[in-house]
Amino acid sequence: MADAFKDYLHIPKSFLLKVKENTPESKLKSVLKALDEEYSEMKVVPGESVGLVAAESLGEPSTQMTLNTFHFAGVAEMNITMGLPRIIEVLDGRKNLTTPMMDIYLNKPYSQGQEIKKIALSIKETRLQDVATEISINLSDSRVEVTVDESRLAEIGMTKQGLVTALKGEVKGLSVDLRKDFISFKVKNKEESVNNIFKMKEKIKAIVVKGIKGISQVLPVKRGNEFIIITAGSNLKKILLLPFVDTTRTISNNIFEIEDVLGIEAARQAAIDEVYKVIENQGLNVDIRHLMLVADVMCNSGKVRGITRYGTVKEKVSVLARASFETPIRHLIDASLYGETDNLKSVVENVMLNQPVPVGTGMLKLVTKPEEKKAK
Amino acid sequence: MEENYVYKKVGSVSFAMLSPKVIKKMAAAKVVTPELYDKEGYPVDGGLMDVRLGVIDPGLRCKTCSSRLKECIGHFGYISLARPVIHFSFVSVILSLLRITCRDCSRVLLPQAKIQQISEKARRNKSSDEARKKLKEFVANSKSSNKCPHCKARQYKITIEKPTTFLENDRRISPIEVRSRLEKVPDGDVELFGLNVNAARPEWMVLTVFPIPPVTMRPSITLETGERSEDDLTHKLGDIVRINQRLFENINAGAPEIIVEDLWDLLQYHITTFFDNDVAQLPPARHRSGQPLKTISERIRSKEGRIRHNLVGKRTNFSARTVISPDPMLELNEVGVPELMAFKLTVPERVTEWNLEYLKKFVKNGPKKYPGANYVIRPDGKKKKLTEDIIEATLEELQPGYVVERHLMDGDKAIFNRQPSLHRMSMMCHSIRVLPFKTLRLNPAVCFPYNADFDGDEMNLHIPQTEEARAEAELLMLVQTQLISPRYGLSVIGCVQDAISGNYILTSNGFTIKREEAVDALVSIGVTDLSALPKREVVSGKEVFSVLLPKDFNFTGKSRSKEEPDVIIKDGRLISGVMDKNNLGEGSGLLLRNIHKKYDASFAVDFLGKLFRLGIAVLLRRGFTTTIADTDLPPEATEKINKLFEGAESEVQSLISTFNANQLEPFPGRSARETLELKVLEVLNRARNETGHVVANYADGSSHTIIMAKSGARGNLLNLAQMAGCVGQQALRGKRIEKGFKYRTLSCFKQHDLGSEAHGFIKSSFKSGLKPSEFFFQAMVGRDSLMDTALRTPKSGYLYRRLSNAMQDLRVDYDGTVKDASGKIVQFSYGEDGIDVSKSEGGTINVLRIIKSV
Repeated sequence: MADAFKDYLHIPKSFLLKVKENTPESKLKSVLKALDEEYSEMKVVPGESVGLVAAESLGEPSTQMTLNTFHFAGVAEMNITMGLPRIIEVLDGRKNLTTPMMDIYLNKPYSQGQEIKKIALSIKETRLQDVATEISINLSDSRVEVTVDESRLAEIGMTKQGLVTALKGEVKGLSVDLRKDFISFKVKNKEESVNNIFKMKEKIKAIVVKGIKGISQVLPVKRGNEFIIITAGSNLKKILLLPFVDTTRTISNNIFEIEDVLGIEAARQAAIDEVYKVIENQGLNVDIRHLMLVADVMCNSGKVRGITRYGTVKEKVSVLARASFETPIRHLIDASLYGETDNLKSVVENVMLNQPVPVGTGMLKLVTKPEEKKAK
Repeated sequence: MEENYVYKKVGSVSFAMLSPKVIKKMAAAKVVTPELYDKEGYPVDGGLMDVRLGVIDPGLRCKTCSSRLKECIGHFGYISLARPVIHFSFVSVILSLLRITCRDCSRVLLPQAKIQQISEKARRNKSSDEARKKLKEFVANSKSSNKCPHCKARQYKITIEKPTTFLENDRRISPIEVRSRLEKVPDGDVELFGLNVNAARPEWMVLTVFPIPPVTMRPSITLETGERSEDDLTHKLGDIVRINQRLFENINAGAPEIIVEDLWDLLQYHITTFFDNDVAQLPPARHRSGQPLKTISERIRSKEGRIRHNLVGKRTNFSARTVISPDPMLELNEVGVPELMAFKLTVPERVTEWNLEYLKKFVKNGPKKYPGANYVIRPDGKKKKLTEDIIEATLEELQPGYVVERHLMDGDKAIFNRQPSLHRMSMMCHSIRVLPFKTLRLNPAVCFPYNADFDGDEMNLHIPQTEEARAEAELLMLVQTQLISPRYGLSVIGCVQDAISGNYILTSNGFTIKREEAVDALVSIGVTDLSALPKREVVSGKEVFSVLLPKDFNFTGKSRSKEEPDVIIKDGRLISGVMDKNNLGEGSGLLLRNIHKKYDASFAVDFLGKLFRLGIAVLLRRGFTTTIADTDLPPEATEKINKLFEGAESEVQSLISTFNANQLEPFPGRSARETLELKVLEVLNRARNETGHVVANYADGSSHTIIMAKSGARGNLLNLAQMAGCVGQQALRGKRIEKGFKYRTLSCFKQHDLGSEAHGFIKSSFKSGLKPSEFFFQAMVGRDSLMDTALRTPKSGYLYRRLSNAMQDLRVDYDGTVKDASGKIVQFSYGEDGIDVSKSEGGTINVLRIIKSV
């Protein structure tokens, strides 16, 4: 059987596998031949302007999308940006997302729901202000005093003593003492101005005492036949270090974080997935190939860059192509400084000069062999 | 006659700075006076409108190249500046250079060893990209050293006082000194920064001579009164020349330094605003009327600037635009062109021995009689307008080699377009049909790819003028070649509206029609082969439909209908299933895709046209209207709906009372109030959906409104439920309506009323009419969605512009890889499998179908 496939290995594997699964042996040869014929018919033609087709395929449906849609991530309790703003966010290569989010898959016993609530709560970041009943400034002693709500502390499974140790690890240059009914923060061996104490207070308020920084909300839900944790806020690096997390499937919606932790290929896939999710959610139909190409353009240099004048457009070789996009003056001035030469290899420059563009039918040149004139 | 064409093609464009030498060399005149014209209105010699700089008046000849208006492209002039002036665009570069070079010896503030190291590195990777980053790096590296490693001179802190003043230890460095310092920087050091010495010597950034652009790029306009109005640039240049003159005079007269400095600054200001009148720290130079002058940078910049308005976007001749209207009797790939347009739009045809007589007919008819010709072009390139009196003479001299621009005729190809041209199907090639009346006509089935309707839309028509263009249009842009969308690999053209209703009725079970009527309908849509129609007195609708299908066509698919979900076509006969939007509509189902695949594109287009007309023919014979009575409900349905509302209302009330008693269990991460909102919303939505079901169950299934909804022609059951049952909850940003007065939405409600009605639930139906409060809520949501659309359009437009700009030069190469313009590989195989979506079946190969068909 394997022999039959030998001649057809240029066809993508997925199709061959489908053939293998569904074809009776007697028909195999003819099926493969027919598939090969069809595949060669479907192949892209050299010169095809695939970039522009991809841009059109993404740009055209984006006019039909609704703007401020919030999509509930399977449950009514959490919503995430969807629709056009989300697509723009991804393609811009924006580092700070409006709604960062993670899907945390769990390892075996926990994925069946064991201690799911406890695990979820242990991830959630708790700031000092969340467990404090009062944070005040004692001006006479120039220190900050924090009164802690012990019942809330117990809720997240901490003791007062534990809290103080945790705090000591977090603050630098401050002395932390557990007093009778409050915790005091004081700058070591230095008198502080009132202004600085106020600043200090704000800093102290935001200290993460428990959980993982950035995870502001957790939500255990059942997806399919297992339990996962959906979080608002994202910190892939730290979450993946936890023992109960299934590191193969856990994912964040922050492409830069994925690039950082899992590498550029993972980031490319994440970009494709994120855009595809939105398009699907809007009930639109865009072929995945177009998204791949966009993602590849973004990730081509080995780093995620947005499709903006600072990102991919800036990397273009052609001065005129860059100038025709945005900030033309800047680009022209720079070009003169570095003595750049535009070799007119891409589309816009040739449009500017009224010449055929080097894509599609413009890519070809006719070669004729002129008849030699008979010398007379 | 030897034809000797020389084709010239621009191979590359280089950028560089103008050195003072070059400025002087390319100048045709030295400008010495700000005056423009003498008393007779003739340009002054040595003035800004000097005839040596080009001509803008008809009749005059350029003194430099002795060609006439429109032939002379203009020539630069120059003035020498009394004192050097800094070029604003290079201020940041100058600052960096001053900071990293010695104030004394002008060498780079780096030890010799390091310089060598860097230049070694630079030699190895020579790309402008690297160079661009270098300058910044340099500045960062050498900031710490305050002693020159070469001459040991002490360095001072150099700062900038925006926009163009440099300070060293808060003492001003004059442009003269800046220039002299830059002059001394050796070539080798300059190259370390990444600058190209041949293109940009640092001292050129400080201007000593100033180029005067040719008059042809700043033409003056003569007003009706005979007064001349000068271009903004000329005004600005006048200022520069005038101040420069005064500066000269004052220096020569030995005026006090303060006066000279003031004038110098003024000159600096004028030159800066000449380049850019939008500098942050400078007040823009204005007209006397107060409107800012449009100088060089404003001319280039932005959407209305030279680049995007004139260079990347161009105007065309041989195009037309009017209102469009529908005509289903046209084929899909035809466009109806009004006669009036056919007179003006022409197609050039070259005269040969074989078509001489044919073309003579057009010339004979002249421009006033259709089909005639408007112009004749002689072999020497002279274009002659045909008029009554020269027709005879032209007829005589017409011979091979001439070109006749004849009127547009049936069968000519044209490119049809509707803005916004968001995808390639927005511009398709159609065959022309010259028709009476004054609108462009198109088959309603092609509305979808153009996104057109007939509420006053206008569309454009372009006539390709060369054989090459015509061939490309026909082969690559004809409607049938664009049938399959490259976005998702399915047909973008399908039946719409009435055509779907008609085919739905025709193919639904139990529909029969007399044979003669069927024949009548089929013939009227252009079917000539009726052999597939059974020879019976009465035929079924499915049999009539099958006549259109090719004899060897097999297909199985799904329809929307619940009663007959499977569509089976065997040997060109529709055996079961109804034809609805799932099969006939655009962008859905594989029926059209399979026909396109098995037969060819032209057949698919022909088939679609017939299908469309068949649907309409059926409706014509049967009648199809929609009435308000379609939404009438029997009393028991109304009762059921009322009961539903009562149930929902009491449920909401109980939720509210639980909330008020503070007993509502909040969702994790939500407050009790938010939880209440979500729960109420859920209850009310459930109620509305249930009324929808009731309406669907009780509504008359054969009513035309229902037929439209069921077949997918227009509307859905939800619309019907809103008309007959209840409109439902109005949601603003995914929540119930909350805005309005203090603690309430409208003044007719009690404060803190959390009930359904007080927050935008519309119990009434559109037929029964809305209460004032309900009406108001609906208007609120309506306005919100209107705003959404208005805000979305520019956002998505910008996204699209960015995408297309970033990706336009990607193309598939001969080896199947995707490369960009510089040859960088972006994908090794397009889409990982090399399949063109517009040739695929919904994005893949249908392997199972192949296995079945073999």
